[in-house]
Amino acid sequence: MSKYIYLLLVAFFWSCQNSKDNEISFNRDVRPILNNKCLRCHGGVKASGEFSLLFEEDAFGPTQSGASAIVRGNHSKSELYKRIVHEDPELRMPFDAPPLTQKEIDVLVEWIDQGAKWEKHWAYIPPKRDIEPPMIDSLSWAKNKIDQFVYAKMRKKELSPSPEADKATLLRRLYLDLIGMPPTHEDVENFMGNSATDAYEKEVDKLLASPHFGERWATMWMDLARYADSKGYEKDSNREIWKFRDYVINAFNEDMPFDQFSIEQLAGDLLPNPTEQQLIATAFHRNTLANDEGGTDNEEFRVAAVVERVATTYEVWQGTTMSCVQCHSHPYDPFRHEEFYQSMAFFNNARDNDSYFEEPKLFTYSDQNKKEVESLLAYIDDELLPEDTAPKASYLHREKEAVLTRLGYRVHEAESYYESSPFIELDESLSMLWQVQDSSWVKYDKIDLENITEIGFFASATIGYAGDISIHLDSLKGKKIGGVKITKTKELKKGDDKRNNTREFKAAIDAVGGTHDIYLRFFKGERYDGHLFYLDKMRFYEDEPRMDSYNPAFKQKLKKLAEIPTTSTPIIEELPEAEARKTYLFDRGSWLSLGNEVTRSIPNIYDIPEAEEPKDRLAFAKWMMSDKNPLAARVAVNRFWEQLFGFGLVESMEEFGTQGEKPTHPELLDWMAVRFETTHDWHVKPFLRELVLSATYRQSSDANVEKIEKDARNQWLSRGFRTRLSAEQIRDQVLTVSGLLNPLIGGPSVNNSSVDGGWTGVPDWAVKGDSAKYRRSLYTLWKRVTPPNEMLTFDSPDRSVCTSRRIRTNTPLQALNLLNDETFFEASNALAKQMLQADIDPEKQLMFGYNKVMGRTISDKKLLLLKELYQDALSHFKEEKAEGNFPEAASEKFGDEKNNLAALAIVANTLLNLDEFIVKG
Amino acid sequence: MDILNEAHFRQSEYNTRRHFLKKCVTGMGAVTLGSVMGGADLFAKSLLPSGGGAGMPHFVPKAKHVIYLHMAGAPSQLELFDYKPELQKMNGQSCPPSLLEGKRFAFIRGVPQMLGPQSNFKQYGESRTWVSDYLPRFSEVADEVTFLKSVHTDEFNHAPAQFLMQTGSPRTGRPSLGGWVTYGLGSPNENLPGFVVLLSAGGPTGGKRLWGSGFLPTVHQGVQCQSTGTPVQNLKNPKGVDSKMRKKSVDIINKINELEYQEAQDPEILTRISQYEMAFKMQTSVPKVMNIDSEPDYIQEMYGVTPGKNSFANNCLLARRLVENGVRFVQLYDDGWDMHGAGPGGGVGDGLKRKCKQIDKPISALLMDLKQRGMLEDTLVVWGGEFGRTPMMEARTGKNFLGRDHHNEAFTMWMTGGGIKRGHTHGETDEIGYSAISGKVHVHDIQATILNQLGLDHERLTYRFQGRDFRLTDVHGNVIKDILA
Repeated sequence: MSKYIYLLLVAFFWSCQNSKDNEISFNRDVRPILNNKCLRCHGGVKASGEFSLLFEEDAFGPTQSGASAIVRGNHSKSELYKRIVHEDPELRMPFDAPPLTQKEIDVLVEWIDQGAKWEKHWAYIPPKRDIEPPMIDSLSWAKNKIDQFVYAKMRKKELSPSPEADKATLLRRLYLDLIGMPPTHEDVENFMGNSATDAYEKEVDKLLASPHFGERWATMWMDLARYADSKGYEKDSNREIWKFRDYVINAFNEDMPFDQFSIEQLAGDLLPNPTEQQLIATAFHRNTLANDEGGTDNEEFRVAAVVERVATTYEVWQGTTMSCVQCHSHPYDPFRHEEFYQSMAFFNNARDNDSYFEEPKLFTYSDQNKKEVESLLAYIDDELLPEDTAPKASYLHREKEAVLTRLGYRVHEAESYYESSPFIELDESLSMLWQVQDSSWVKYDKIDLENITEIGFFASATIGYAGDISIHLDSLKGKKIGGVKITKTKELKKGDDKRNNTREFKAAIDAVGGTHDIYLRFFKGERYDGHLFYLDKMRFYEDEPRMDSYNPAFKQKLKKLAEIPTTSTPIIEELPEAEARKTYLFDRGSWLSLGNEVTRSIPNIYDIPEAEEPKDRLAFAKWMMSDKNPLAARVAVNRFWEQLFGFGLVESMEEFGTQGEKPTHPELLDWMAVRFETTHDWHVKPFLRELVLSATYRQSSDANVEKIEKDARNQWLSRGFRTRLSAEQIRDQVLTVSGLLNPLIGGPSVNNSSVDGGWTGVPDWAVKGDSAKYRRSLYTLWKRVTPPNEMLTFDSPDRSVCTSRRIRTNTPLQALNLLNDETFFEASNALAKQMLQADIDPEKQLMFGYNKVMGRTISDKKLLLLKELYQDALSHFKEEKAEGNFPEAASEKFGDEKNNLAALAIVANTLLNLDEFIVKG
Repeated sequence: MDILNEAHFRQSEYNTRRHFLKKCVTGMGAVTLGSVMGGADLFAKSLLPSGGGAGMPHFVPKAKHVIYLHMAGAPSQLELFDYKPELQKMNGQSCPPSLLEGKRFAFIRGVPQMLGPQSNFKQYGESRTWVSDYLPRFSEVADEVTFLKSVHTDEFNHAPAQFLMQTGSPRTGRPSLGGWVTYGLGSPNENLPGFVVLLSAGGPTGGKRLWGSGFLPTVHQGVQCQSTGTPVQNLKNPKGVDSKMRKKSVDIINKINELEYQEAQDPEILTRISQYEMAFKMQTSVPKVMNIDSEPDYIQEMYGVTPGKNSFANNCLLARRLVENGVRFVQLYDDGWDMHGAGPGGGVGDGLKRKCKQIDKPISALLMDLKQRGMLEDTLVVWGGEFGRTPMMEARTGKNFLGRDHHNEAFTMWMTGGGIKRGHTHGETDEIGYSAISGKVHVHDIQATILNQLGLDHERLTYRFQGRDFRLTDVHGNVIKDILA
């Protein structure tokens, strides 16, 4: 009941305010009416009667009747007015819906009479650069300027701040927020014992400098980058792209400015002399899905990927839903249909084309291999005859390729084909051809055949006469220049690696010279089979190669150099002008019905003078991160805010447009955006530092009835957020408090108990075995068709598309996961052992356990309950005889120790299931 | 402004938390919060009725439950239901060029030969429906169903077509049909998931995301249950924890959480308490309902089940048990229907015949069983693949095994129960079964019809994501009125 009175009061104040202030604001008063009642028919999808209220020029331009619907300054002459008050329901607007309320009509009348001033939606107006924090009536509460904004708003809502959270709770919150893991026992002890005034600040600085900082913030970025270790769609083939994750971790750890971080990901390839890292950064947009199914058209899925890149770019940096505009003008926001394609034109010229092998790729070496390659190259360099030297290539792998090619040691990987017949597939690590069947074929693009006399095929076969390879020039039915019969290499036993079963089959070829496309056609030998043979690589033999002028030791080094394994990362590479793609509008969003050609351009709403229109993707990225763009900084600070406070100041983090939520604290949002961009010069660490040092952040999350009644969702920030931890935070925390965590940072994805390899299995390059088991969740191998279960259970997206926020749910499956999951119970066992060792007194063991898990001392009431459970469990296990009925922690133990450990495992499992453990507190 | 904000707040609250409490929880079973809500009556009002979202169902439903039998890989309509004697006459002839112009197939290249039906057809029942001798038992219940002979789809590859069929979009990331239904209607049983998925003969190529919740809250995800081993992931206690110990520990967890609630006053804790109660209940209720051993012998015999193993027959019987216990939506996938003729057992001859044998008895048993129990009245049963097969032969590895390629222009599905006509056929294909000549329906029409039978208007069942309202049927779909009883 009280709620309704409150509502009435609010309504009353609202109307008072209005009558005092007669100036109608378009954004505040008019736009909501238009959005809710008019735009469905007079917006971007439909413009009934040729009248649309989306763009100013359309709203005041001529309609179907020739006249304008709105006459500024005169409502009675405005058709808009006549139609909303029309007596005939057939003519009255909104059509086929209840009429506008008198109040709504009054607002529109007043607005027209005042001159019908049009305003852009707030998000398209750049933030003011001179916002001053409001003066507040509290001298003691605020710790920095953020608090002044928050406090002022709080007072307006008749709320007051909560006291600071207790030290232990605050420390745990800070750790989980900044590095994604809880403090260790020692961290807690040190902090609790430090009474210096800057103790908290010191902790903040320590965490900002921790190498785990980068892991925690990379976790956030993975959802935006839709990072996965597979390509999606039906096949869901593996994709080696983990170097991109390392790049993100390092960028956050090094506090790379966010504008640079953004530009490198969007256009690192176009920077002058890009470094390997800048090329790896462009893998951001190679996380798009790719389709390896039979019968699919590569162009269709290339286009799908480019369209997705446009939508993702706008969501990540602009908080704008662009996918509507793919098919028609935006129904509610000022984006015209063609503007989607003008933006797409920036992204449409990337070389990748949905091919199986995912070229272009950057090949890099592990640190250890890198040293070896460098030393081999140095050796070769020293030995080279003057006529064999050439200028150095820019990247190590390219230099290696150049040297080997020059000397005539040429190897071509079988999987790097350009096109193929159906059925041809690659193995799980994409390193060999398989499903070679009768009449199937592959095509290699532009192979240099000058001087080549022989091609060696490294194949593996288990059929006596497995099949034939025939080599054709320039087309499938082109001239046959050679062929070879493939026979059994070795019988494979179960578990044998087919790659260790290859043998070279040499085919002499006709002398042709020049560069050609070559086609390999495969034919059955003694019988049909789904897999006639596997093909690993080809070696091209020249007549009198340059390497023959050197001694055998030198040639040995070449062989070694050729065989050092690499890591590949798909990257974005711009096509040169001669091969540039044109971009057309797609009629109704279909790539098969092309409209007019479009040129690169930024949507009009951003007011870019024509002369300043970006020319390429790099210029586009630079514009995004410039002060001419009203959105990127706002969207970014909103994301960081959400990670700490549970909700963004704009709750709809993906949508800042008219259909999104309004900011709860618009001035604070703008002030922070400008500050992030200027004062902090886009550095994330000092910005986060400011957030966590604020009094707003440090508040206790305990609520009371009054606070809940006034502000159930804590929009006005009068208390801390009791947010449930993310899937990653929960698992990482379990691993940390149980002591199981393997804290190794970076590297390939890992195969742990929650990984399901699906159809295409776990790739070779994934880390396996014990060292993979307890790494942080960020590294769990992520297959798109079979994503890790506990991640989805705790609300993670499946990483098919960019996702700005996770909707937190609370389900029984989460309870089952925490209670019974294999890794989680292993953690219970590990924790039980530590509890036993901590003290001989069972009560102290329980206290130790709670302390380890929660980073604070247990209350008496809770301890009493734990004791009850422990006693119950102890008597249960005392009765128990069968070894199989004891938790793992107690196996191979005897007598009291066995029973104690078993009971402690039950208690540990309970501790890891407490609500307070899986929320931030 | 505050009024707008308040309204908006209510909207978003409805969409997230309140929505969750009210519907999503009922997706997994109801909340048992009545006694513990205490001071937080802000949310209490909407908690108790375990119906669906505001205003849903939109109208009086004919069906309360759905059993959807998806034959993954796409069975051949030409060997099962769409009898084409003309095609038999053309057997072995080259395909007329008019059928190939401008067409793209998954695997057929060049000019293929026509392939006549490999099975024999007879007419059955009062409806005189043609059914293949591959399905001897089903032919006896053919009078129970409505056949849709002219279904068409946009996709010709398995995964995209499965996604289109089950989520309304060929790309991944959308909620599945079952998820939309629990989102709309909630679930009547508080101890069981509202949307259960059962697999046999492997899994569909589209993978788990076929029953994912997409952008809907994750409670609307289908819960995959197995008839072997642990029925639901993490349902089984770990080694060293028996159900007595589990009960005690859940009891202590909840008591400590109650203490926590007294301090923090966060209503989310109360939800968590109820979820632990439900998790514990599920540990007994799910294995119980999944235990087909408890069925009488004659029922087991009727379905042809093999307890302890994974089979389609087991899943059919489980489907009945789940629906009987109040599960809203049961989705079965049976894999292995992709008969390209790639090898022995992979053709539309013996291969398809063997697959049919696996489903023939269970499906007819399911229909009879539901009918005898009076459950067919309010249970909608849907059968179909993700597309059909070509009238042309696909000769993948020579002509040793006769196969058919993927075909999306016309294929057969059937429905029954839940207000659907019996003994009826909707739509007709041309004389070789290549394309529809009447009664053409799209996948979105099937979806609109399923929702319609559940009392849901497919145009009004929406969810806001990434700034726009999404529907299962996107901007398409019409209810197939002709098949409604």
